[in-house]
Amino acid sequence: MKGMSLIVKSITNVVIGFIFIYGIYIILHGHLTPGGGFAGGVILAGAFILRIIAFGADAKGEDRSSLTASVFESVGGLLFLGVALAGMAITGIFFLNFLPKGVPLALSSAGIIPICNIAIGIKVSAGLFSIFLAIAAVKSGIED
Amino acid sequence: MSFIPWYFALPLLGAFLIPILNKIWKPLVLIFTTAITFALFILSLYGIAVVHEIPMVVYKMGNWPPPLGIVMAFDAMSAFMTLVIAVIAFAANIFSLQYLRTYTGQGKFYTLFMLIIAGMMGLVVTGDLFNMFVFLEIAAIASYALVAFGTEAEELEASFKYMVIGEIGSLTFLLAIALLYAKVSTLNLADVSNVLQTFRYSPIFWTILGMMIFAFSIKAALVPFHSWLPDAHPAAPAPISSLLSGVFIKVLGIYTMARLIFNVFGLSRATDPVFFNLLIGFGLISIVIAGLIALAQRDYKRLLGFSSVSQIGYVLVGFGIGNFEGVTGAIFFILAHALAKGLLFLTSGSVVDATGTRDLNKLAGCGEKMPTTAWSYRIGALSLIGLPPFIGFWAKFYIVKGALKAGLLWIALAAVLLSGLTLAYLLKIESHVFMKKGKNDYKEAPFLMRFSMVFLVILILIAGLGFNYVFDLIIGPAAHALLRGLEYAQLVFASVINF
Repeated sequence: MKGMSLIVKSITNVVIGFIFIYGIYIILHGHLTPGGGFAGGVILAGAFILRIIAFGADAKGEDRSSLTASVFESVGGLLFLGVALAGMAITGIFFLNFLPKGVPLALSSAGIIPICNIAIGIKVSAGLFSIFLAIAAVKSGIED
Repeated sequence: MSFIPWYFALPLLGAFLIPILNKIWKPLVLIFTTAITFALFILSLYGIAVVHEIPMVVYKMGNWPPPLGIVMAFDAMSAFMTLVIAVIAFAANIFSLQYLRTYTGQGKFYTLFMLIIAGMMGLVVTGDLFNMFVFLEIAAIASYALVAFGTEAEELEASFKYMVIGEIGSLTFLLAIALLYAKVSTLNLADVSNVLQTFRYSPIFWTILGMMIFAFSIKAALVPFHSWLPDAHPAAPAPISSLLSGVFIKVLGIYTMARLIFNVFGLSRATDPVFFNLLIGFGLISIVIAGLIALAQRDYKRLLGFSSVSQIGYVLVGFGIGNFEGVTGAIFFILAHALAKGLLFLTSGSVVDATGTRDLNKLAGCGEKMPTTAWSYRIGALSLIGLPPFIGFWAKFYIVKGALKAGLLWIALAAVLLSGLTLAYLLKIESHVFMKKGKNDYKEAPFLMRFSMVFLVILILIAGLGFNYVFDLIIGPAAHALLRGLEYAQLVFASVINF
């Protein structure tokens, strides 16, 4: 696959950064506004998927992206579990919100919840992206 | 009491670390999973020791008190189920170390294997209804992927069928939880149980209970809803068949059903005899119909799959009898069937590994060349039929005793006579595979595969010979925990303050 037309590629190059920033915004404000790790992670995965659709599979090695995606998926899961186990290690209680809560509605508040949102964001974006790559691989395999 | 989260945190840790370890050095994955399943085995033994001292251990997740936060309510029944899961998971893990040498994608296999264990462990220790659904789905979705692990046409078809039927069950459970939440405004099992009593026997009470029993009947593969099991369990790799048939259907179907009926909805034979008679009826239908279909099978693993459907009926009959002996028998049966059917599926793996086929008509002559497999099969089969001194005998003994004590003479008779059906279909494998002489050059299974089969054989013998210790330490307290009925709720709230 060579990807789509020049117009699509140029527009993708412009909007992909905004989509990415928007996804990160949704994740980081998960404890303040609607949204959070899952919704933001889906938007991040959308940015990756848009790039693959516009530029074609060989724009960046598909094998390498699926490998990186699966590693990041594990990292997201481990980070989430790590937060829960850190509560156990520090205070003796699984999933205790052991960090200072801060001022309500400030960006750095609510203790471990932003960290959990980031972990979920990483896991969901990497997971959805690797599902997309797997489906794309099966599809192209059938057509060949 | 901070050991409870480890039941699901350990396998989850394994599931997330394995994809990374798999990229570093592949043998590390094998060592790591074995270490985790062994640690879970030790942990579940520790859990048994703890509930011997304290009847109920409540763990508050994130230190939130019960009706608001999620709690883990760990009593003797949970401890018993974690032990059964851990034993079969350990045996299946050891077996798969060598069985999987011909498969690719071992990293993915062990990730899913760890997820299925995490789901089942979480399901039996949780004290929260929605948490129960989440863990049930973790285990169920991992099992759909594991059934399709061979990725041949047969496996994919079985997995698809299993997934569609299984999700109907899961989503019915979710809908029942939604209805219940709309009515009682809480999801904590103990709190739900308290509020439910205010509208006991109203139409919505029976609607919710009916939907949940429908959902769990699909998960447990009771007869009108069994059609996915004989496809799905044989299609999975043998250690996974062993885990699915040995514990999976009992944790997702039977444990959840028993916990909700006895401890949350608070039904008992004394107050609701019609309902309990219905349970017995469903159980007997399962035993007879699935047993008769099993007689006609020509596929080693498919026959064992139908046998699982049939044997699950006995567990339901035990719960339906509803007195202490009956429930004890049902719980004994969960243990006996897990050990025996886990072992039988491992022998099927050993035979398939050596011969490459599951067709009973082509398998003649395995008995001479594979003595360990053959004798493991025989002992597992004898225990399943219910002959002394194996543990299966005590399971049936208590069911019969309970039936006689409840005045249900014809059920006691049926439970004994239907063992003949079990004997008939298990003899079919014995005669076609192990007794019949044939010319071949089959080799006995490698060491680790034999090790896990012998491990289960020894457990069947130990549990059968020392059944009074097993009864005192594990089975009796578990039966008391279920028959505690509505006192479950008070005990949960009382245990929170203690700790």
